[in-house]
Amino acid sequence: MKTILFIEDESAIHKTFSDALEKEEFTIISALDGEIGLRLAKEKRPDLVLLDLVLPKMDGFEVLKALKADEATKDIPVIVLTNLEQMEDIQKAIDLGARTYLVKSNYDLQEVVDMVKKATEEA
Amino acid sequence: MTFREFFQKMNVVQECRKYGTLLWQCPQFLFLMMGLLIIVSVIASFAIGRQYIADPQITVLLILALTGVLMSIAFIITRSFEQLAEANRLKTEFISIVSHQLRSPLTNLKWGLDFLMGEGAVRNEQETSYFHILKENIGRMHELVNDLLTVSRVEQGTFPFQEKEFDLEEVIKQVLLEFRSASQASNIEIRIEGTHVPEIFNDPSLVRHVLGNLVDNAIRYAWKDESAVPAENRRKNLMVIRYRPEEQSVRVEVEDNGVGIPAHDQKFIFQKFFRSTNAVRRQTEGSGLGLFIVKSLLESTGGTIGFRSVEDKGSTFWFTLPLQPRQRHGRVEAGRTKTRGKAQHN
Repeated sequence: MKTILFIEDESAIHKTFSDALEKEEFTIISALDGEIGLRLAKEKRPDLVLLDLVLPKMDGFEVLKALKADEATKDIPVIVLTNLEQMEDIQKAIDLGARTYLVKSNYDLQEVVDMVKKATEEA
Repeated sequence: MTFREFFQKMNVVQECRKYGTLLWQCPQFLFLMMGLLIIVSVIASFAIGRQYIADPQITVLLILALTGVLMSIAFIITRSFEQLAEANRLKTEFISIVSHQLRSPLTNLKWGLDFLMGEGAVRNEQETSYFHILKENIGRMHELVNDLLTVSRVEQGTFPFQEKEFDLEEVIKQVLLEFRSASQASNIEIRIEGTHVPEIFNDPSLVRHVLGNLVDNAIRYAWKDESAVPAENRRKNLMVIRYRPEEQSVRVEVEDNGVGIPAHDQKFIFQKFFRSTNAVRRQTEGSGLGLFIVKSLLESTGGTIGFRSVEDKGSTFWFTLPLQPRQRHGRVEAGRTKTRGKAQHN
């Protein structure tokens, strides 16, 4: 069973997306801020990280940078899942090593779940 | 500007009410006062100068005093314009912030509903129908928020264009394919009449957006009920897409034989939030932002747009795009590379 670390501060979206992924038999680890997310990534070594960018304590860019700088976590694929869609943000996330950048509001739930499935299969 | 419009502009009190400012802060009023003062000053200077020609000091002092008054008024006018510009900037920023803030709860709603409507969920017919109503309305809110964000970006000059060479005919085919089901559902026959056009340098997603909007309108405002069509205009629903190269540009037309636009509404059709009475009567959905966005985007890339329409008979909307890149107005940075819509980089 593949493990997904979901770093997202909005509890409503956390619940919906976690329920949808659990239906697909993923194990979900939840983190509501960047600091906890980074710690859990190092401890649990998930198969994939789903990362929001606007987060308390430590923003998504910092988390991504720290994940990619650490030998233990640098190979974990990261999907950025956010509502920021400025080109600067997209480019920055890709440059920092994000595998995919998704603007939440432009996707249906199932489309995102399918992308997560595909990413974990390829990883 | 017609004579009527000119005289309407001369009604300073009415014009100033639009801005909601005090009369003495209203640019039109101050402009008028300044004009009057200049005329009075010139006449007074002439009269006094003639009277006291033997003592030029008085004339000089008078002119200096009048210059001081004129400069004070000019300063107030400048400040008023600055305040108006600032208010406009704040409004655009406000729309942008609110739209962004609305996106997160909308995504929560959308995904929550997707989950409830997903495979395996047990629902009766009534629940299913309510879920579909909810989904449709969330979709409409999402579209409106996206439109408001686009408007705010266009007005701020920060709409992200992605320019490159592309095949216009290919984009037209893609757009028509996207609308195939909708046009079939409305029983509309689509014809393409094109002359080969060379590759153009522009943002293909912009062209998709513009053409998509015009095609969508042609479908939305087609005659849906045969019995409502005036007897002399009864014929099969038809949409014709034409494209051809012109000297320095390409021209694309979307002609339909739908409900058309009443003559009294035509001059407002590209205004923000305007919806034709004809459109409101037949189609309840729509924010009135579509054509405003289309026009603003086209003009940002050196394009033009226009239309001709006869109520009850149909409309033809056309737009042109320059063949070569053109420096855009405003603060849009050249070469920025994010298109509107789904962003996915693998």
